[in-house]
Amino acid sequence: MNETAVIIGGGQAGAQAAISLRKEGFIGAITLICEEPELPYQRPPLSKTYLAGELAKERLLIKPAAFYDKAGIELLLGVRVDAIDTPQQVLQLDNQQSLPYTHLVFATGGRVRPLHCPGIEHHHVHYLRTLADVDAMRDKFKPGKRLVIIGGGYVGLETAAVAVKHGLDVSVLVARPTALGRVTSQVVGQFFEQVHRAAGVNLQSNTDVECLKGDDEEVVVTTRGALLNADLVVVGIGLLPNVELAERAGILCEDGINTDQYGRTSIANIYAAGDCANHPNAIYKRRMRLQSVQNAIDQAKAVAATICGKNKPYTQTPWFWSDQYDLKLQTAGVNTGYNEIVLRGDPKTRSFAAFYLRTGRLLAVDAINRPAEFVAARNIIHKHLAVSAARLSDESIPAKALVELPQTATKPNMGTSP
Amino acid sequence: MIKVTYIDHAGTPRTIEAEEGIDLMDVAVDNLVPGIDGDCGGVAACATCHVHVDPAWKDKLPPMGEEEDAMLELTDDRNQYSRLACQLKASPELDGLILHTPVGQH
Repeated sequence: MNETAVIIGGGQAGAQAAISLRKEGFIGAITLICEEPELPYQRPPLSKTYLAGELAKERLLIKPAAFYDKAGIELLLGVRVDAIDTPQQVLQLDNQQSLPYTHLVFATGGRVRPLHCPGIEHHHVHYLRTLADVDAMRDKFKPGKRLVIIGGGYVGLETAAVAVKHGLDVSVLVARPTALGRVTSQVVGQFFEQVHRAAGVNLQSNTDVECLKGDDEEVVVTTRGALLNADLVVVGIGLLPNVELAERAGILCEDGINTDQYGRTSIANIYAAGDCANHPNAIYKRRMRLQSVQNAIDQAKAVAATICGKNKPYTQTPWFWSDQYDLKLQTAGVNTGYNEIVLRGDPKTRSFAAFYLRTGRLLAVDAINRPAEFVAARNIIHKHLAVSAARLSDESIPAKALVELPQTATKPNMGTSP
Repeated sequence: MIKVTYIDHAGTPRTIEAEEGIDLMDVAVDNLVPGIDGDCGGVAACATCHVHVDPAWKDKLPPMGEEEDAMLELTDDRNQYSRLACQLKASPELDGLILHTPVGQH
């Protein structure tokens, strides 16, 4: 009897796992179970071109419907997995059916972190994670409307940029001292704050929301000492990994579903990839859970290879991107633990790169309208090249040449973990 | 409709009728052309839609942007005919275009 692979989750990681299983030569049945009633789609455009109305829904799809037919991938859309019998290797679905598996992939992703405050259930308060979320706020996302965004991360700031361009009156409330505080440095966060303020956004940092009140027409957002009236509130304060099903099945979870470099969890024949997975990172020598397209795709590829008996561990350099106004932020690596920032270019020109170093090693870069620096840094991090701060900041050296330094490739060790 | 032919690393051609204005990464993905992934969705961020343009067509394409040029540095088999398919849109001028998908993307 052929082996069967079942994938839980129809996001970027789930779809990629299915695609890559076929590419790696898996011949058994593949079933992809997805709670959302949609074909697997890309989430990044939701807070960018899709929200802006510049991208048709069909263009969000990772693959057209015909692909799954042709590849022999069965999609169970709008279906949830209720429980897993791991000794028997059987899933219990919420449609009362059960489904046996030989290999099981968790690609359960994450859900929005809920904001806890009085009045949060108001019907003009929205989150932004799914296609349905964006479609639900469309009617209120109109020129002249007052939008209050709670959260200064990627989703909040991208939404603000689209909204301003669309003619909305936009406020952004950031709980942290600086926007993008989870993912970047103060200098880059403050640069983005200035960009948003210059575009007309009322951005307030160090600002917690105390409560929401309102009637049918509007919401009143109360912060420490101030009131903001809004026609629409969008909350974007992060993501929680969907691990509960895995935990109930007895799989080890610590901020995500723990895996090894091959995507294997603590239980045999069960794997995890994407936003829900916590992996031992080959570059940074510590466990991390990443929320990005790159991570979803590359981990899913590693899992598919593992299932097919191939040795392709997950060792890629993490990368991320964000589009806001005329700015493209491209991040390579993870800057956690840096003790030196080197700027290349002047933020005032809206084109610069911030390199993050720790004892002479490049940990990460934030490249703003600097694709060549992004690419160079990705290569430097991936190849474990040594760099000097002086060269990184020297604009007379082309970005491309930063990779070609006369240093020796050292053993892949990024120093001590935090 | 605009005809675009994708030739894979083994030499197998696939000719697709593309709608004007759709980028040639999307055209490939929509039509299940192997060797073009388009992981980032077409924003020149991932270099997984790398193609080698047939030499006869090289000079008929719109010039490469700074971002595309940078991203191509991430590919293993870049040459003078390299482009990112997501940065090329189907247009009447490109009717008959031939693109080769590099072996590394298969």
